[in-house]
Amino acid sequence: MQIYLPIAEMPVSVLLILAMGAAVGFISGMFGIGGGFLMTPLLIFLGIPPAVAVATQTAQIVASSTTSVLGAVRRNALDLKLGSILVFGGLIGSVLGVWFFAVARRAGQLDLVIVVSYVTLFMVVGGLMLKESLREFWMTRRGRPVRPRRRAGQHAPYLFWPLRMRFYRSKRYMSVIPILGLALFIGLAGALLGIGGGFIMVPALLYVFRVPTTVVVGTSQFQIVCTTLVALVLHAVANQAVDIVLALLLIIGGVFGAQFGARAGRNLRAELFRFLLAILLLAVGLRFALELVVRPEEPFSIAVQEART
Amino acid sequence: MRIVGALLILLGTFAPASAETLITSLSNHRVLINSNYTGTSIAVFGAVERDAQTVARATGYDAVVTVRGPRQYLVVREKERFGPLWLNQEQQKFPMAPAYLSVLTSRPITEMTSDQLRQRQKIGLRAIIGAPDFTNDRGQKDERFRDAFYRLKDREGLYLEDDRGVTFLTPNIFRASIPLPAIAPPGTYDVEVALFAETVILARTITHFELVKTGFEQQVGEAARDWRLIYGLFTALIAVFFGWTASVIFRRD
Repeated sequence: MQIYLPIAEMPVSVLLILAMGAAVGFISGMFGIGGGFLMTPLLIFLGIPPAVAVATQTAQIVASSTTSVLGAVRRNALDLKLGSILVFGGLIGSVLGVWFFAVARRAGQLDLVIVVSYVTLFMVVGGLMLKESLREFWMTRRGRPVRPRRRAGQHAPYLFWPLRMRFYRSKRYMSVIPILGLALFIGLAGALLGIGGGFIMVPALLYVFRVPTTVVVGTSQFQIVCTTLVALVLHAVANQAVDIVLALLLIIGGVFGAQFGARAGRNLRAELFRFLLAILLLAVGLRFALELVVRPEEPFSIAVQEART
Repeated sequence: MRIVGALLILLGTFAPASAETLITSLSNHRVLINSNYTGTSIAVFGAVERDAQTVARATGYDAVVTVRGPRQYLVVREKERFGPLWLNQEQQKFPMAPAYLSVLTSRPITEMTSDQLRQRQKIGLRAIIGAPDFTNDRGQKDERFRDAFYRLKDREGLYLEDDRGVTFLTPNIFRASIPLPAIAPPGTYDVEVALFAETVILARTITHFELVKTGFEQQVGEAARDWRLIYGLFTALIAVFFGWTASVIFRRD
C-alpha cells in the first residue's frame, strides 16, 4: 500500500514506514535514546530528501520520548531537577552549535567536521562502554562481586565543585557545573550533527555522574523531549521540511515499538544493557567510518542546492 | 537588389515551415496528485497537415518529443581520495537543470539528423546535457560531471531517452506516451514536439501540462508554507498527543 507524502513529494510504502518506526522506536525505548541517528539514514536511503528526513523524524522522537517520560513519571524514575538543568544547558549549547555550524560552513569544511565528529563520538563513547561492560562481565564470571571503581564516600573531584545541589531522586549530591558542561556539549554536538545526543547523555549519566540506571533513561528522555520539541518547531518554521503524513506514520510505528522496547529494556540485566548499547554505538560508528575509508562505488552524488546559498 | 536578396532568404527560411503544419495535443493538461498517486503517463497525439502545393515526402516523417520538468538548481559532487579518506572535493553546478527530462523519438536519434543540428537545436538527451549553458562551465573539466549527472538521473528514472517512444499510426499521425515516475516533482512540464524529414526540422510546437497536488496534499503543502509556526506547533501537538495516548493504552498498573 502506497501513500503520497505531500512535503517530501513522493510516494512511500505505508507498511515499510510503520515497520521502520517500530524498529527504531523499540531501540529508542530500550536504551532511552532518541534514535535519530538510526532513522535519518534509513529515510534518506528510501529516497526522502535529507532536509525532510532530518526534520520529520524529530516528530517521532517527540512522540516516543513523551511515552517514555510519562512511563518514567509513573514509576517515579524521573529526576526532574537534574533533567531541567540538562535542558537549560542543552539549549545554550544548541545556540552555540548553530553559530559554530555557520563558521564551519563559511570555512568550507563542514562536511569533514560533521563526519569526523560522528565517527569520533560514536567510536569513543561506544568503545568506553564496551570496555566497561566487558570488565563487568569478566568480574561476574570469575565469581567476584563487581568492585566499585571508587570506595563509598570517595567521588570524583569534579563532583565537589561549587554550586552543589542535592538530587534526591538520583541519590546524588554534586556540583551543577559539570552537569551544565555536559548538557552544553551535547546541545552543541546536537545542533552541529543534527542528533539529539541521547547516546552521549545516557553513558555520561551512568558512568560520569553515577546516576542509577533506572533514573537515567527517564531523565535522558525528558531532556530529549524538550530539545526535540524546540527543534521540530524550528525546522517547520525555518525549512518547511516537516512532512506531517510521514511524521504520523513514523509516530504510530514508533509509539508501539517504544513500548515494547522500554519493557525489554527493563527486563535486561544492567551490564547486558550497557553491553548492547556499546555494540550499537560501535556498529553505527563503524558504518560511518567505512563510508569514509572505503572506495565508493559511485563517487558522484547529486543534491538540490538550497535557495539561500 | 539587396532587398530582393533578403526577401529571397526570408522566403527560403519560411517556405518549408509553411508547407507542413504540426498539430499536437496532450491527453491531459492538469495531472492531479492525490494520496494514492504512484506516477502516471500522459499521451501526446500529433498530426501533420500538408497544404495543397506540397508533395508527399518519399522518406516519411520522424518526430521527437522532448519533455522538460520544473527547473532545479542541482549540484553534483565528486568524492576523491584525501589521505586515507574519501571526501567530497570538486563539484559542478547545474543551475537550470530540469528535474525531469525525457526524449521520445520514432527511431534512433542519430539516424534522424546530423550531430551539428542536434547540438544547435538541443535535440536529444546528450545534446541537452552537453549544451554549454547547462552547467556553470569550466571548460573541458566538467565533462565527467555531465556524465555522472546523466547516470544518476537515469538511475532514478527521471532522465530517459526512448527511440521507440513515438509511434506513427498512419504516415501523418503519431502518438507518444510520456512516462512520469512517482518521484517527478509537481510543477509545470513543457512538451516540445519537433517534426523531422530528411534530417531537417519542418515544424515545432510547444505545449505544457501541470502536475499539481490536490485536496489534502495541497492543503498540507499550503499550510506548511503559509502557516509555518502553527503547522509546526500542530505537528508537535500531534506527536505529544500520540505519545500520551500510547502511555495510557499500554499502562499496566
